[in-house]
Amino acid sequence: MRNAMIIDGSDNVVIAIEPIAKGSDVEYVVDGKAARFTALEDITIYHKAARRDIPAGSPVVKYGQHIGVAACDIKAGEHVHVHNVTSHRENLDN
Amino acid sequence: MTFYGYKRPDGRVGIRNYVLILPASVCASDTTRIVAQQVNGAVTFNNQNGCSQVAPDQQLTMDVMAGYAANPNVYATVVVSLGCENCQMDLVVDAIKARTNKPIRQVIIQEAGGTIKAVDMAVRYAKELVAEASMLQKQEFPMSELILGTECGGSDPTSGLAANPVIGQLSDLLVADGGTSILSETTEFIGAEHILAKRAATPEVHDQILGIVHRYEKALALVGEEVRNGNPSPGNKAGGITTLEEKSLGCIHKGGHAPVNAVYDYAKQITAKSGLVVMDTPGNDPSSVAAMVAGGAQVVVFSSGRGTPTGNPIVPVIKITGNKLTFAKMEDNIDLDASPVIYGTKTVEELGGELYQMVQEVACGKQTKAETLGFTEMAIARVCNYV
Repeated sequence: MRNAMIIDGSDNVVIAIEPIAKGSDVEYVVDGKAARFTALEDITIYHKAARRDIPAGSPVVKYGQHIGVAACDIKAGEHVHVHNVTSHRENLDN
Repeated sequence: MTFYGYKRPDGRVGIRNYVLILPASVCASDTTRIVAQQVNGAVTFNNQNGCSQVAPDQQLTMDVMAGYAANPNVYATVVVSLGCENCQMDLVVDAIKARTNKPIRQVIIQEAGGTIKAVDMAVRYAKELVAEASMLQKQEFPMSELILGTECGGSDPTSGLAANPVIGQLSDLLVADGGTSILSETTEFIGAEHILAKRAATPEVHDQILGIVHRYEKALALVGEEVRNGNPSPGNKAGGITTLEEKSLGCIHKGGHAPVNAVYDYAKQITAKSGLVVMDTPGNDPSSVAAMVAGGAQVVVFSSGRGTPTGNPIVPVIKITGNKLTFAKMEDNIDLDASPVIYGTKTVEELGGELYQMVQEVACGKQTKAETLGFTEMAIARVCNYV
């Protein structure tokens, strides 16, 4: 059952649209194809989970845009939130 | 599509028909509350400012006061001042007259001879104006007469996924029909300003969009602060929004897909039939909504992931959420459930059409939930502390 969604194909996070328990599948549709990974933690409804490993210092991508930087190594399946992401002011003028 | 509204002598069209009892300062605000309670059809608000302000700060207050009096949902205004405040009666009246030729009455508490005499005078003015207003017949107007304010507050990730895109669709529909839609909340452009700036109709507007974002960040830096120290809020974070950038990327969906034709400063009068425009307002909801109402918005659509009761004294506020749990918990406060977009049972286009229909009904007089429950809170933005 689909329990998550992705906004842009380049995103490295998905959004839980139902509460997701640790160990269960996170199922979503990207570019018309079903995809899944295993939740390594409980994911609260409407919170984010990493669909790929995100190394420390690299961008967290949602809406196809950078929403922050990984504060530590984030593994696929982990909850992505304030404990492992920092806000980063980019120069976006161009 | 058309709606039935009230033609004003300045040519604008209202969807409500209130008499505004306008407090020129905090020192007149309890008096206007007493007056408005006495007269059915009169409305007021608590003006916390109006005195002890430096010029640019006082200007924000003046623009909100003048804009409220000029808002087409207002038939006429009774200005009540204490008498000694910085926002002097003649300044307030001149500011209103610069925007509209609608009826104005004046009561100065210190000249009237104290509270009881001032209340007596203002109640009699209000009673007479409400009686005049009640004689007005509604006429049919095209949707292009509407100026729509868009706002999001108590956001969560569903705001960016569902509620704000549905508002964006509404904005596109109104703009296609020749109307005006306002995208506000400058602090919530931060991290998404490049996307918005690319949609500017002219290079000048492009630079203005970036300019208001940088100005806001600099103003906070002047007092050694950073917008991220208060935004996202604890409720945003509990809902799942991690960073300001993430919040902003959801926020700007309210502006739909139309080009941005103009950028207005806080509470300045907006020209009707302008398509999509931006107004420089804070992320704080009651003060952002107040600025758009002062700009001439007759109706506001407000998305909330967490759920909020916010209304406005003179403008109906339509509430929408993309969070199915919030709609179930706060249905008393929220007019439209946009969560079907997330669960695939309705499209953004379908719900945007339903919301446009709801705006038309509200324009014709249908009360929003915030109106029925009597919510009228508002705030006015500040540049700096009182002096």
